[in-house]
Amino acid sequence: MANAADAHGHDAAHEHHPTAGTYWKVGIILTIITVWEVWAYYIPSLVASRIFIPMLLILSAVKFAIVVMFYMHLKYDHKLFRALFTGPLLVAMATVVGLLFLFGKVAVRLAA
Amino acid sequence: MATIAMPGRVEAAAPARPAEPTGVWSWITTVDHKRIGTLYLFTALFFFVVGGTEALVIRLQLMKPNMGIVSADMYNQLFTMHGTTMVFLVIMPLSAAFFNYLIPLQIGARDVAFPRLNAFSYWVYALGGVFITAPIFLSLAPNGGWFGYAPLTTTAYSPTLNIDFWVIGLQILGISSLAAAFNFITTIINMRAPGMHLMRMPIFTWMSFVVQFLVILAFPVITVALVFLLFDRFFGTNFYTIAAGADPLLWQHLFWIFGHPEVYILILPAFGLVSEVLPTYSRKPLFGYPVMVYSGILIGFLGFGVWAHHMFSVGMGPIADSIFSLTTMLIAIPTGVKILNWISTMWGGQIRFTTAMLFGIALVALFTMGGISGIMHSSAAADLQQTDSYFVVAHFHYVLFGGAIFGIFAGVYHYFPKMTGRFLDETLGKWHFWVFFVAMNLTFFPMHFSGLLGMPRRIYTYDAGQGWELFNMMASLGAFLQGAGMLIFFYNMWRSYRQPATAPADPWGAPTLEWTIPSPPPDYNFAKLPQVTSRYPLWDEKGREAMIQHRAGDRIPSAEELHIPMPKSTAKPFVVALFMTCMLASLIFLHVEGMATVGILATIAFALAMVGTLYSWLLSPLE
Amino acid sequence: MTTATLTADHGHTHGAGGAATPEHQPHHTTLGLDHRKIAIWAFIGSECMLFISLISTYLIYKGKSLVGPYPHEKWTDPNTGETFNAILNIPVTSASTFVLLMSSLAMVLAHNAVINRTGKAKWWLLTTILLGTGFLGFQAYEFTSFVHEGLTIKTNLFGSSFFTLTGFHGAHVTVGVLWLCTLLAIDLKRGLKPEDGLIVDLSALYWHFVDVVWIAIFTLVYLIP
Repeated sequence: MANAADAHGHDAAHEHHPTAGTYWKVGIILTIITVWEVWAYYIPSLVASRIFIPMLLILSAVKFAIVVMFYMHLKYDHKLFRALFTGPLLVAMATVVGLLFLFGKVAVRLAA
Repeated sequence: MATIAMPGRVEAAAPARPAEPTGVWSWITTVDHKRIGTLYLFTALFFFVVGGTEALVIRLQLMKPNMGIVSADMYNQLFTMHGTTMVFLVIMPLSAAFFNYLIPLQIGARDVAFPRLNAFSYWVYALGGVFITAPIFLSLAPNGGWFGYAPLTTTAYSPTLNIDFWVIGLQILGISSLAAAFNFITTIINMRAPGMHLMRMPIFTWMSFVVQFLVILAFPVITVALVFLLFDRFFGTNFYTIAAGADPLLWQHLFWIFGHPEVYILILPAFGLVSEVLPTYSRKPLFGYPVMVYSGILIGFLGFGVWAHHMFSVGMGPIADSIFSLTTMLIAIPTGVKILNWISTMWGGQIRFTTAMLFGIALVALFTMGGISGIMHSSAAADLQQTDSYFVVAHFHYVLFGGAIFGIFAGVYHYFPKMTGRFLDETLGKWHFWVFFVAMNLTFFPMHFSGLLGMPRRIYTYDAGQGWELFNMMASLGAFLQGAGMLIFFYNMWRSYRQPATAPADPWGAPTLEWTIPSPPPDYNFAKLPQVTSRYPLWDEKGREAMIQHRAGDRIPSAEELHIPMPKSTAKPFVVALFMTCMLASLIFLHVEGMATVGILATIAFALAMVGTLYSWLLSPLE
Repeated sequence: MTTATLTADHGHTHGAGGAATPEHQPHHTTLGLDHRKIAIWAFIGSECMLFISLISTYLIYKGKSLVGPYPHEKWTDPNTGETFNAILNIPVTSASTFVLLMSSLAMVLAHNAVINRTGKAKWWLLTTILLGTGFLGFQAYEFTSFVHEGLTIKTNLFGSSFFTLTGFHGAHVTVGVLWLCTLLAIDLKRGLKPEDGLIVDLSALYWHFVDVVWIAIFTLVYLIP
């Protein structure tokens, strides 16, 4: 891995960033998702339904990923940075899931 | 960049090596990774004496039944500070001494990525160490165990200042470790000499690399747990208040999510050192280098999935117990792979039994014993019998003393000529080793038996007639024998200091980059950037000669003559560290009757002073 | 922890003034990347664990408070008969969430302006600072109104874990605002040039990270009842 990177050296650091237009589009998408989330919160039948929490989790995950990929330009940057971020993020996710299991906040029911 | 001087004329009578700066001020302002490594080494050895003395008082108190050397309360402070000192002020900084000294040398770099941040890390550690250690002279030292279980450590059960010193002290030390970890990660990723791919990196650097990731992932968790405790104690929050519905296991989980990776933070650097020592004195490449790398990574990764095996006795239920039992058994596999590879490295080698080698071999043996008792604990059912008994004390002293400390001493004897240009005496070294080896086993082996006979941890005395007398007497004698071993070591160092510096660049016939340059290395390390073509450059038949940068009698040019820009010495990292430590230390006053306002004002004043100095640091150029 | 990020000794000195002699490259970097950018990403990785510990604690203690006020439900004190409304104010927080999201947009545009020399960097930096300060203003309003409604950091588990989690996030925003003010001061003094893209990028990465943490907090704390 290091060898390949040695070869292109400095180019890797200065990948082309997206244009201002892309940033505005991303901003609009983020706004739409935020409006969607808040709107969903005000529909009692939706809040009561089983899809509400998964839907919110997915929406916020999408927002999270969009900001990280475009605004933090991980999509365009050196793969090292992707590794430095996703590695700890995965450990963090595993930790929170483990803790929620241990404190009985989530449970899996084995088929009877 | 401003320091690039005119090409200096080489005088006929130029000294054989450039003069080193001397004096206290030069040590306060140094940003040279080698000098900072030396500071870490000596500070950690000082705290080793402190923590060892605490252990000796403990062993004196437990020598016979119903002794009254210290009070129960002082005993609590002693065992708490013994653990805290050895973990945070001795083994971690001893490892940091080697990170500092060796990583840039092993990867062929001039210094670490952020030399001033490196000085900052050291000073935060040194000042934090003083802050957490000094209160013992006022009987105010932390007394809740090195794990500080809340709610026991909340104000309701520990109203005095003792725990405050622990909470704030650990926060200070955590900042030091985190800052160092970001620095070393960057250094290892980005400062390797041309040709040194990851799979050509010396194994010590590899294990250090894994450790830095463990630090950046584990320390934030204890930071949060300590912030909760601090808020509970100072501001009346309810994180650990059971009466308000808090869960008594929250602290334990957060602590051990940090605490178990911490165990690997302590042991992996020693594994790395031994993986340098064993091949050198067997004259054989490390057996299964890639497997050693992968097993190190796997140990680090799995280290985050086993934390609750410290908590089998709290009643987490059969599913959680089984899962953590299984992951714990699983982590024994990569560890066992390492043991096997070390033995295979020695197999068929031309073994030289130097002191460093003896310590290295002892690590393999003693760590295996500690590992086996560890596997016994991994069974939740068996652990219920052993938990909180001296059996556990025996287990972790085999892995941390027989493992980490023996590995570090292997490193000290191996690298002492590189660091100082002087040899440690081998005869005295072997005395040190054998005394230590016998004493270590005399101290900790009997604890297995007293533990199985039911002797609980952390009791300050016991009654006669329970079958524990002999084992405790043996352990106490062993502890004092260890003290004697340390005296031999210190005498050896002092003796070596009084002798001329005669060590050549590669006294042991070792294979990696740090042995291609003079002993001790000049401030700039490498006169020319090495081009790495293999894992063991000095063992290659072809290309070996080209790697050697220094031969006996060669004059060592100065950085100016070589046009190597060097970082400027500066006291700013020290000053920032001082203000930051004072800022956090002032929080103590919030708990002193009538001093809360003083505490708040002092904290704010020091915070402003720190930020001001920090700006001045960041706006001044490095070189 | 924040100290660690700011203390970036400049690792990117090669080429600065062309002073380094060609035969010796002390600033050789293996990957051709800047040291400081690697360090800030490692720092952000570490911050993931910091915030996940805070968020985990909030979630573990959700619904465990023995007394109110509660985040999403009304609560009547059985002793006094006093009734407390659900604490969280979704409209206000939605607005502040939007403000922080837009500050991220302004931040990337500031970075874009610096590297493309559009000359608008100072306006976008100023916009980011104002939006960040606006978010802090919303948070100050939120905290004071909660205290008036009877929820302090001492009241119950919800109060302790809520104020600590969002307070930590607010502290991060504050550090970010100070950092951006420093950049703005540099820009006004000597003008940020495309070569300064990296130092803007460092603050931008930190700023966006603080934003994504809020994305998680907004859903987990505010929207999910």
